[in-house]
Amino acid sequence: MVIFVEYAFSGLMLGIMYSLVAVGFTLFFGVLNVINFSHGDVLAVGSFSALIAYVGLQAVGLDLPILCFIAVALAAFVVTGLLGAAIGGGFVVPMRNAPPINVLLMTMMIGTVLREVIRLGYPNGSNPKAFPALLPDTAIEVGSVFIRLDSVILLGLGLAVVALLDQFIRRTKFGLAIRAVAQDGETAQIIGIDFKQTILLTFAIGSGLAGLAGVMHGVYYREVNFSVGLLLGVIGFSAAIIGGLGRIWGAVLGGFVFAALQTLWVILFPDLSGYRDVFAFAMVIVVMTIWPTGMMAEMRSERV
Amino acid sequence: MFSKLRMPIVIAVVGAMSVAGSAYAQETAKIAFIGPLTGGNSAAGIGGRNSAQVAIDQANANPDSKYKYELVALDDECKPNVGIQVATRAATSRDIVAGVTHYCSAVGIAAVDVYHRFQLPVIVWGAILPAITYGNDYAEIHRVNGSMLDENRVSARFLTEMGYKKWVVIYDTTDYGKGHLEIFKKMLADTDGEILGEFGVGSDQQDFTAELLKVKQIEPQIVLFAGLTPLGVRIRSQMDRLGLDIQFAGVSGIMSVSYLDALGETSEGTISFHNGAPFEALPGGKAFVEAYDAEGFDDPAEPYGPFAYAATKIIIDAVEEVGPDRAAVNKAISATKDLPTIVGDITFDDHGQNSVDSTKYVAQDGKWVRWEDSEYASGARKLKGQ
Repeated sequence: MVIFVEYAFSGLMLGIMYSLVAVGFTLFFGVLNVINFSHGDVLAVGSFSALIAYVGLQAVGLDLPILCFIAVALAAFVVTGLLGAAIGGGFVVPMRNAPPINVLLMTMMIGTVLREVIRLGYPNGSNPKAFPALLPDTAIEVGSVFIRLDSVILLGLGLAVVALLDQFIRRTKFGLAIRAVAQDGETAQIIGIDFKQTILLTFAIGSGLAGLAGVMHGVYYREVNFSVGLLLGVIGFSAAIIGGLGRIWGAVLGGFVFAALQTLWVILFPDLSGYRDVFAFAMVIVVMTIWPTGMMAEMRSERV
Repeated sequence: MFSKLRMPIVIAVVGAMSVAGSAYAQETAKIAFIGPLTGGNSAAGIGGRNSAQVAIDQANANPDSKYKYELVALDDECKPNVGIQVATRAATSRDIVAGVTHYCSAVGIAAVDVYHRFQLPVIVWGAILPAITYGNDYAEIHRVNGSMLDENRVSARFLTEMGYKKWVVIYDTTDYGKGHLEIFKKMLADTDGEILGEFGVGSDQQDFTAELLKVKQIEPQIVLFAGLTPLGVRIRSQMDRLGLDIQFAGVSGIMSVSYLDALGETSEGTISFHNGAPFEALPGGKAFVEAYDAEGFDDPAEPYGPFAYAATKIIIDAVEEVGPDRAAVNKAISATKDLPTIVGDITFDDHGQNSVDSTKYVAQDGKWVRWEDSEYASGARKLKGQ
């Protein structure tokens, strides 16, 4: 029983990280019908900008862990947000009328460039980098259950960020503009919504969330590397597909489902653990066969 | 008028040609270096390339050298498909006389057929899968470093004698990881150790929580990781996060400076094994370190650097002896016997394999320390479970 609690918790941690990546994919698809495959590498940029921010804070003598965490998370969010807006405004919007495959290929190439910039630009960037412990990592032992405090904080923060995003989309003027553009871009423009500004904001928010996922990844695993976004990007995209592209809570659901599938496979077939991604991706195909537009598509028709 | 000018012009042209001829009298022999120069394993690849460059520069600085040497460095990215492409590029370049090739076993085994087909003599400088030399009868393939056989024999015996009887092995699912697992199981069968669980993991996997929680259930005395540094870092780091207070050991693939840098204090007490003795214990280690430092490289030589240097030097010596002809160079390399090098005496057997004893290491205070010289061996510090 104890071990299953730990499995469940680690599955939730994995799920929230996948969800934050998946939400970005779903936002981009929701407003512009594009797949932004540089998204995983934007996450890596988030991790490394947090690392640089941390080094900067150390240099000026600021060494208060929680304050540092807030500062580096903010730095990662801002850097990746601006990067996302630049990708959206500079590359995706001008090509929105091109065939989807062109946008997909272009964003893949942007991702490669970002990856190589980190590898070549960060000192000794090819090697894994230690990420500082920015949150208290006291061990919480309830009976035989062993969980670290920073994991609980990260999970809580992740869920809070998704809930905040949901409220932002539902209750603010910008959120209304995003939903309007997602429903019908042309009509939204006719009624006076600034199409380009809305798109840029969406790209900034989606990419900023990837940046936060990058910080979360660094704090949780205490290690980052330049290629961290490769697989996370594919998993985030798959999670968005499972939930239904264009639906925020669908992406969140997809993230948790994907994590649960991976964990379940290792519990059931430990000797075949190397095939956990194969199993999870195979299940994505099954889900796509049963619900072609995603698990949440039938429950809500409204995008974003 | 023209006839009067002809003689001086001819003399001038002939003179110019002879001056130019003397300047370019030395033919250039190109030697390929192939290893991971980008990607997660590039620290080892760059260290190997720099080390090979040291041998090249020394030969070019030697006034007695009959030839000029040029290193053609190619990036296999530690990926078999890319490795085959660059191996083909090197093998089909007729001006490349031989190659110092591959750090990653999965790439090394994939490329041997290419070298054989194009009859390019190569000396492996890092990849340790036994099949690279023993899995074929290709006369072109040689290896200066030892193989997994040596390494796993030492690791199984040493750690079971230390009292670690219940094992879990986590291996990457490439030929490298699987090869280690297979050989380690055979070696462990000769001891009273027992494998309680095996976990294959993807070479780009980020999260190992599910596998490690399963390890926690199994309760082994030691976890052995068979794979390369990036994964080794992640697994060791995540063991710490999950409170797995179990001894960790890794194959030579994790024995890099970057493993220690990325893990910091968490690396303390990790056991590893390596073909090479520490630089200071190598016959020419001091001179190698001095020569390497003199070049002003930004990156360290890494543990396999001396093997890349020795391999390049063997090729240079062969070219000096027989000229830049692939077949003749191959014959000269294959005949290497009791050759004193900076990594010890080298003799290639019938399969082109040099036998090297593996050395035991432990991570102590952010450095890889030879077990016998460590505070763990003296009893001042204790490994987990001791």
